[in-house]
Formats: sequence, C-alpha cells, structure tokens
Amino acid sequence: MTEKLTNAQIAWRAAQDIADGAYVNLGIGFPEMVAKFQPPGRQAIFHTENGVLNFGESPPEGEEDWDLINAGKKAITLKPGAAFFHHADSFAMVRGGHLDVAILGAYEVAANGDLANWSTGPKGVPAVGGAMDLVHGAKRVAVITDHVTKDGRPKLVKRCGLPLTGVGCVTRVYTSLAVVDIESRRFVLREKLPKLSLDVLQAVTGAELLVDGAVGDLIVPEV
Amino acid sequence: MDKIVPHLATAVAGIEDGMTLMVGGFGGSGAPIELLHALVDRFRATGSPKGLIVINNNAGNGRIGIAAMIDAGMVAKMVCSFPRSADPRAFTEKYLAGQIGLELVPQGTLAERIRAGGAGIPAFYTPTSFGTDLAEGKPVAEFDGRMYVQERWLKADAALIKAELADTMGNLTYRKAARNFSPLMAAAARVTIVQASKIVAPDGIDPEQVVTPGIFVNRIVQITDAQQEEALMRAGVAYA
Repeated sequence: MTEKLTNAQIAWRAAQDIADGAYVNLGIGFPEMVAKFQPPGRQAIFHTENGVLNFGESPPEGEEDWDLINAGKKAITLKPGAAFFHHADSFAMVRGGHLDVAILGAYEVAANGDLANWSTGPKGVPAVGGAMDLVHGAKRVAVITDHVTKDGRPKLVKRCGLPLTGVGCVTRVYTSLAVVDIESRRFVLREKLPKLSLDVLQAVTGAELLVDGAVGDLIVPEV
Repeated sequence: MDKIVPHLATAVAGIEDGMTLMVGGFGGSGAPIELLHALVDRFRATGSPKGLIVINNNAGNGRIGIAAMIDAGMVAKMVCSFPRSADPRAFTEKYLAGQIGLELVPQGTLAERIRAGGAGIPAFYTPTSFGTDLAEGKPVAEFDGRMYVQERWLKADAALIKAELADTMGNLTYRKAARNFSPLMAAAARVTIVQASKIVAPDGIDPEQVVTPGIFVNRIVQITDAQQEEALMRAGVAYA
C-alpha cells in the first residue's frame, strides 16, 4: 500500500462529524487527538470519566494542577462552564445515553459491531478502565484506527479473535484508508482514499465491504 | 458531636487484619496519602494491618500510597479497574508472582457497585461487560430487548478519603477532580475516615455547597498542605 492517512489525519476526519455543542468522550491516547481538530465555529463539550465536563487543553509544563486530570492521568485545564461530579454521575452520563459520541481506539472491529480494544490476551496484568462502559450508552460509538495492524493484518474483521470490550456496539470506523459504517451487522463503505481501488481496499479488510450508495472521496488536509 | 480526631494514628485506629478498605482517588487526584502512610507506619511498628482487600480505581503508583502498602506486604487483593500506572512495579511484581489477588471491574461498574453498597441496593443490571470475559459466571437478563449483566454491591469496613474542607459535623467538599470515587465510598463503608485540608466550624461550609453530607462521615483529621501522589511520584519519592 502506498498511501494512507496519518493518525492526525484520521483524527481530523473523525472531528468533522462532531456537531457544535455535542457531548463527547475521547478514549485515552490516540483518540484524544480528535479534540485538536474541531472545525472552526464548533465547540464540543468533552467528558472525562473521572468527573469533569468541558475541559480544555493541557496547561504549560510547570503549571499542572495534579488534582485536575483526565482519564489518562494527564493534567488538563477547564473551559468556562465546566463542571465536576463524582464517578457514579460520570458513568450515568456514559451508560444513560447522555453522551452524543464516544471515540475509541481498537485492536479489532468486527462487521457485527463487536469491539476488542482492552486486552491482547492472558499475559501480563489485565486492565480495563472505562472502555467497557463507554461502548454502551453513547448515541454514536466510533472507532479510529489504522486499517491494518503493524504487520499488515486486517483490523476490520468478520469476528473478533481477541477478548471483547463490547458486543454489537460500534457504529462507525474511521481508518487510515476509509470511513466504514456498521449497519445490520455488515461493513458499509462510505468513503475511501480517492486513488485506492475498491479491490485493494477489500484485500486488506477482513470482511466484506458493502457498497450501498455513493462512496465519497476521503480527502484530508495535511495536519 | 465533634468528629475531629487529633492524630493520623487515631484516625486509622481499628483497621485490622483482613478488612476491606475503600480508598478514594483516581490516580493521584484525591489519594489520601497521609492516611495510607499512617497505616504503613502502624504495620511497620506492629505487623498489622495485613491481608487487606483494597478497593480503588488503580493499584498504586511508584513507592508511595497504595503502592507502599503493597510493597510492605499489607494487601492480599486489589479490586480495581486499571491496575496500571506510570510506575506499576509494586502491584505488577506481586501479581505476576501470585502474591496478590485481583478482581478486575469495569470502571463504571466499580463506581455503581460502590454507590449501590452505600444505597442499600444489593444488586443491579448494567449493559457494561455483557458478552465479555468480565461477565463470566454472572447472571444476565433481557430488559426491553437488550441484554444486561447482574452486578452486586460493594461495601467496606472502612473508607479512607481526602477532602478539601470538612466542618466538624463531617460535611465535606472536594478539590477539583479529586472528588471522583470518594462521595460514593463515604456512603459504602461502615467507618469513613477523612483527611481534610482544612477543618471549619459547622457554619463554615454553605449547605448548598456540601458534596458529602456528614451522615456518611465518622472521623476527620486535618492535614494541611497534604501531599499529592502525582507530585511525589514526579519527585521520585519512596515511602520507605
């Protein structure tokens, strides 16, 4: 494969689908980048599991307040109109259907909407955090990921082989090559890189990509 | 009915071998470092308390707080959602050697189990973990066409939490995101022990601003200039 989007570009594309005023949870790590690419004129309200709504960027080094952190234990700042709340309220927001969008990373996403993103198997110390809660309740659960693993295997698969985070929970996948919806337990291709043929894309996808209507060009600026 | 105790040692008195402890905090935010270190001090002096079951979101970081308790050999089992941290050696070494137990609980389920414990609700159903390894062996049921997993309450012999303000009646406020699990734990423990950065008279907290009502609080010790776990970590401090 010659050309693919960078992680920043995948995050940029995902950010374009977040409406002004949406309540959004971004997973730890790569998904946190989405916050940087909000389109001009839109302002989402970001939620973090440890009890903050409407937080902003990290403070400059040396100005951290370690009582003010996000779920990734990184120092954050507050925007006007922020709120603190305890953990049960925080997860009421999550499971109670109050978040508009949750964006997570993935090891594998299956055509039936199953997600595996918390464990690569029985070795080491298992840790789950809030991932299993976040995949339930948000109105849209989106995944951002490279289209294939580092050694070239598909991350979009028929059925997940790794331990599941949630069953039938993912609604859209933004990858380094395409934007794919999950509808009626099938992958439906919405956008792909303009120079990429459908055959080549299908060859690096582990389950059938349905075409249902026009397939848009996935065009992302250098970011 | 003054709930103030003069010393840390008095505050943590009565915590004995084999008890279940809830410890407030998410990472370093809200971690009651002085209360935890008072337990470590007693263990070093007397060999007790040990065999503790500790409920916290994490499983310690570096060589301080919960990690210092694990290092000292006081903890039999952790109940947590994320036993990893910037420096997870204390838990990781003992876990891989089979010297400490782990009950891994999704974070929102952990919070709700503690809330249920404080609210007198023995079990509830949640969509979280349905169809995953963490739901193994648990009853499931369908409600309105969707599947849910039954989870049980969590209660504790004692909760150790860090507050910003406490009045002498036990009403509490917290600092920024340091609130996290603490209000839930205060309700779910038989004895709730608080380290407060400042203790004020009963009219010193506006009733509109109280986060944890005093009914959930038993003992308060004032720790001004309380240590912050993350700041200690970054300074490379070990409680040894």
